[in-house]
Amino acid sequence: MKTRLERREHLSGLLFVAPLIVVLILVAGWPLARTLYFSLTDAYLDDSANHVLVGFDNFVEVAGDPVWWRAVRNTAIFTAISVAIETVLGLAIALLVHGAIPGRGLVRAAILVPWAMPVVVSTKIWEWMLNDQFGVVNRAIVGLGLADHGVAWVANGSLLLGVVIFIDVWMTTPFMVLLILAGLQILPEEIFEAAEVDGIPWWKRLWSITLPLLAPTIGVAVLFRVLDALRMFDLAYVLAGANVNAMTMSIYARDRLINNQELGIGSAASTMVFLLIAFVAIFIVGALRLDRSGATER
Amino acid sequence: MSTRIKRRSAAYYRGMRRVRRVALGCVTALVLFYVLFPYYWAIVSSTKQGAELYNSVLLPALDFRHYKELFRDANFATSIFNSLCVAISTTALSLGLGTLAAYALGRLNFPERRSLLLTVLMISIFPQVVVLSGMFELIRWFGLYNRVWSLVFAYLIFTLPFTTWVLTSFIREFPRELEEAAIMDGCSHWRILTSILLPLMGPALVSTGLLAFILAWNEFLFALTFTLTEGSRTVPVAIGLLAGNSRYEYPFGPIMAASVTVTLPLIVLVLFFQRKIVAGLTAGAVKG
Repeated sequence: MKTRLERREHLSGLLFVAPLIVVLILVAGWPLARTLYFSLTDAYLDDSANHVLVGFDNFVEVAGDPVWWRAVRNTAIFTAISVAIETVLGLAIALLVHGAIPGRGLVRAAILVPWAMPVVVSTKIWEWMLNDQFGVVNRAIVGLGLADHGVAWVANGSLLLGVVIFIDVWMTTPFMVLLILAGLQILPEEIFEAAEVDGIPWWKRLWSITLPLLAPTIGVAVLFRVLDALRMFDLAYVLAGANVNAMTMSIYARDRLINNQELGIGSAASTMVFLLIAFVAIFIVGALRLDRSGATER
Repeated sequence: MSTRIKRRSAAYYRGMRRVRRVALGCVTALVLFYVLFPYYWAIVSSTKQGAELYNSVLLPALDFRHYKELFRDANFATSIFNSLCVAISTTALSLGLGTLAAYALGRLNFPERRSLLLTVLMISIFPQVVVLSGMFELIRWFGLYNRVWSLVFAYLIFTLPFTTWVLTSFIREFPRELEEAAIMDGCSHWRILTSILLPLMGPALVSTGLLAFILAWNEFLFALTFTLTEGSRTVPVAIGLLAGNSRYEYPFGPIMAASVTVTLPLIVLVLFFQRKIVAGLTAGAVKG
């Protein structure tokens, strides 16, 4: 039997979350349902009311499109490499800032600058710096005698994905640093002092104490970054538009949907993006859980 | 074991410490350079004119013509105004709704709580492109296409789950004793929230609000898709679509001036509220 107090709490709980639920149904639930529905139709964007159901034809069409698979490959490469570099670099900078170094507060403040910049702005700045003729990066390379002429970073298709990864690393490493730094600050200080007194070298302390203790924090940070990287749109779009060399899954879906006006096919591609990301999310969350339960058993 | 450690003079250890300090200092300088140089270079480039832009003098030329042109440009002013309207409205709405929900999710006991929290978390990792078609249709139904308000509506999909999640973890940290007396006196939950918790939530609201503001200010995909004409563009779209008359005269000077201008307020805000921002970011992630 529920007491009156419990019933009252239940009711007011529902009342307090009601606005949230209504808004989320409106901005997330309903659009998602419509996207799933449109993915089964032959609708066009200019006249979306006029359509018939075509079953899974759109999915077959997308799956048969080599450009889609190119986009999937680009996104996978981009995600794997950029998140890996960001994690290692973020960990290194976080350990540096965590230690007693001169100018620690300055670094901590400066690290927020790339993070706060709009993605479009960071991309434009790097595009200018990497400009093949007048960019400061090529000037430096030629000036230092590393090459006799500049590299066509952005214009060269085969380098484009590398440039996208490079810019993304610059933009999002700060996020990694902040999360890992927060994780470092809640670790018990005594363990490190004891290890240092025992004369254990720093790399061994890092490998056998810091990293295992930090693993949950790093896991969560990697999860966030992977899911974010898999849906990446703005950076590659501003840099290269719908150029296949840097096209991500999101760019492919939007290109079919808006530029080609193919509401049905675009929705099918979006649905596939959604399923892929959901699958990766479940996989990573499962891996983290497994890891955590394994750690407590030991 | 300890017998194997060689004894060395104090001068040796002092020397080692000095080497370590210098090495760490170099690495720190390198990190600072990596993080700050691009923005510095944007400032330098934005004050150069014509051919000056193409030399690599590292100091700014302090010629502010690009900025004067930028502020005389009605479209740019409009896009800044649009961005401000969208970001402020979105932030206010998601803070309000988020606080209400966070109180229930953080303090009240009801059976749907866990699944609701999970849903909120799941929506916050939604790839935006997935709702694009459905949102497009909805926005056209509401007659909001090419209006700035369409973005306030659309942005709630990522700002609202974010504020709800972060504020919930903030509210959980307040000691329960605060409200116990009020509960004993039969105070309503509405009054507990507004007269006891809300006055204490200032810092939490500031850090969450700033992060939501930055998210909304920087958004690109929805802004690009749901607006068409220059009069309804936000700043990121305006900068993203700023292009020269031909491929060969790309207006890097004006683009850099615009970039510096729209980033400066963000950087000032972020540096000023540095601790609060970091607290908000980590409250959402580490404990989650």
